[in-house]
Amino acid sequence: MTPPKTISRQTKSSELDQDYKWGFVTDIEADVAPKGLNESTVRLISGKKNEPQWMLDWRLRSYKHWLTLGAEEPRWAMIHHPPIDYQDAHYYSAPVQSKKLESLDQVDPELIEAFNKLGIPLAEQKKLSGVAVDAVFDSVSVATTFQKQLEEAGVIFCPISEAIQKHPELVKKYLGSVVPYTDNFYATLNSAVFSDGTFAYVPKGVRCPMELMTYFRINSEDTGQFERTLIIADEGSYVSYLEGCTAPMRKTNQLHAAVVELIALDNAEIKYSTLQNWYPGDKEGKGGVYNFVTKRGKAAGVNSKISWTQVETGSAITWKYPSVILQGDNSVGEFYSVALCNNFQQADTGTKMIHIGKNTKSTIISKGISAGKGQNTYRGLVRIQPTAEHARNFTRCDSLLIGDKCGAHTVPYIEVRNPTAHMEHEATTSRVSEDQLFYLMQRGIDEESAQYMIINGFCKGVFQELPFEFAMEASQLLKVSLEGTVG
Amino acid sequence: MLEVRDLHVSVGDNEILEGLSLSVSLGEVHAIMGPNGSGKSTFTNVLAGRPGYTVTKGKVAYEGQDLLSLTPDLRARAGIFLAFQYPVELPGIRNREFLRTALEALRQAHGEPKLSVREFNKMLDEKAREMEFEPDLMKRSVNEGFSGGEKKRNEILQLSVLNPRLALLDETDSGLDIDALKVVADGVNRFRSPEKAIVLVTHYQRILNYIKPDFVHVLIDGRIVLSGERDLAMELEARGYDWVREGAESAAD
Repeated sequence: MTPPKTISRQTKSSELDQDYKWGFVTDIEADVAPKGLNESTVRLISGKKNEPQWMLDWRLRSYKHWLTLGAEEPRWAMIHHPPIDYQDAHYYSAPVQSKKLESLDQVDPELIEAFNKLGIPLAEQKKLSGVAVDAVFDSVSVATTFQKQLEEAGVIFCPISEAIQKHPELVKKYLGSVVPYTDNFYATLNSAVFSDGTFAYVPKGVRCPMELMTYFRINSEDTGQFERTLIIADEGSYVSYLEGCTAPMRKTNQLHAAVVELIALDNAEIKYSTLQNWYPGDKEGKGGVYNFVTKRGKAAGVNSKISWTQVETGSAITWKYPSVILQGDNSVGEFYSVALCNNFQQADTGTKMIHIGKNTKSTIISKGISAGKGQNTYRGLVRIQPTAEHARNFTRCDSLLIGDKCGAHTVPYIEVRNPTAHMEHEATTSRVSEDQLFYLMQRGIDEESAQYMIINGFCKGVFQELPFEFAMEASQLLKVSLEGTVG
Repeated sequence: MLEVRDLHVSVGDNEILEGLSLSVSLGEVHAIMGPNGSGKSTFTNVLAGRPGYTVTKGKVAYEGQDLLSLTPDLRARAGIFLAFQYPVELPGIRNREFLRTALEALRQAHGEPKLSVREFNKMLDEKAREMEFEPDLMKRSVNEGFSGGEKKRNEILQLSVLNPRLALLDETDSGLDIDALKVVADGVNRFRSPEKAIVLVTHYQRILNYIKPDFVHVLIDGRIVLSGERDLAMELEARGYDWVREGAESAAD
């Protein structure tokens, strides 16, 4: 094991882009695994977490499978990047903590401060009202708030590393049940080296008393972040879960390959919202996070519902398709997305709706905004299996172009194997219209504000699916991300 | 308050206004009438600063300022309001929020304090009632899915909320049935005052039965060829535009 090293502030922030206000580095002692990926890396991570044998075995199976893939990432997406050297990254980094923490008072004040700067207060007296937060710093969860109140309701909300210890039966049953470790290159990698993430279980008939939130922060340099999130909504339960993500400004690219699995049993509902604001790289396209994420939910039970809402403004590259397997009869799947590509950002994002059960219904609303030299692709699959009698899908993909050097692409796949299906697909591509701008300006609104109003209006159908505070933040985020491109 | 001198305006290679002059003082209502394609809408759009028009010659002074050098938002803040002939739809922007943002922009420019949401809503609801405006339309996106009449009523509602100094009404009467026309005209008449001025552009005399102008001008081929008082509108209604055109041509000879 390497000795702990201190992440310094030597990366000169003056060399970096100043527009990304989340770009600070926290000076904190970190326990970092040596660079490189091999069997001993996997064993080291598992050992750090003191994991049971079954977990280590699963990781090793994943790692062996990953070796058979020959470092060949999926190539079908409309994204371009230099080859990634998987041996040139750290697969584990954790803030050094001398012992297991009993309360927030024992968390390193530097860490608390880091989250305060991000607007995520963890200190007891300033907790976000009505939102339970799990804070993940680099590879590990550093704090989870409101655990007592949640326990009283029977809700389990904790780092997944803790769930592996305390609730092995649930983790064993559901981990990999929606996204198997063989699913795709990045999911396989994640299954081998995931370091932490969030676990939530909402028992039968319980309406989770507050929003659950995880805030992910990458701090260390050259560190991959591989979280694993598993959310189970038991029969008749409801949970709304939010995630936010930021990273410091670095000149090198950082790999983020998360896996999220959701399971909704009979009459259960999961609402999953994401504000993804990883560092997008500078104006010349240098640096930024590679966000290669597999998210999938199984609407396993009758009348179950899974709803994804994502606002993707960050990352140099986003490769992400939050999907729903509509297995239960009458189950519902929804996907609401705003994806923004500015400067040299690239996004290939969309969803898959796999209809298996009868009377299943899915809705897809995708809003892509391209500015600068950004390239934005919507890629979505709607598949109606022979068993899915009377399935319905509604898809709407709108693209908005700002400037004349960006691109918007729409790649819908529709596979219908049952004649009773009812499918609707609408797509538009537009620019901010001069008539709309003039109308707003004629009423006294300045050009820049008028542009934001129009862009915000374009995203309205997605923003209104977000919890209220998040919707406000999303529209702010959009504004910050577009600064300098309009007006 | 408004002095237009020898205004020449082109769209592409096409000269649309060919030396228009007009002088408007506070408290006055001017009606500009003319056949299709005479340049009526071009005139109001150029005053409001719509892009796509090139002023090749002439001057416009508004309250002593060079109007043509201002961007559209600054013209609006200086008190110019255009009621659009074809109001555009703004998806995802709620009517109420839109009006509040616009009013705040104007108030801020005039150094007035912010209105509270409650004060604003109270004022807006009152004005909406005057315009017989369905409350539901306030919650909807601006003009989206509105009928032609609702769009025009929305324009006059905005006029009443934003309370400018110079109102330019571009064919506000077109596409309105008689009941809606009355509501719209009542709205304009409420706005009318010795501190305001109105330039109203129309094809038909009908609206002038409700909004009585102080002056009527006939615009043909990009120039005002005849000006008079209200009875000129009646004469136009009875005789059409051709006799004016002929008169203008013979006068030019």
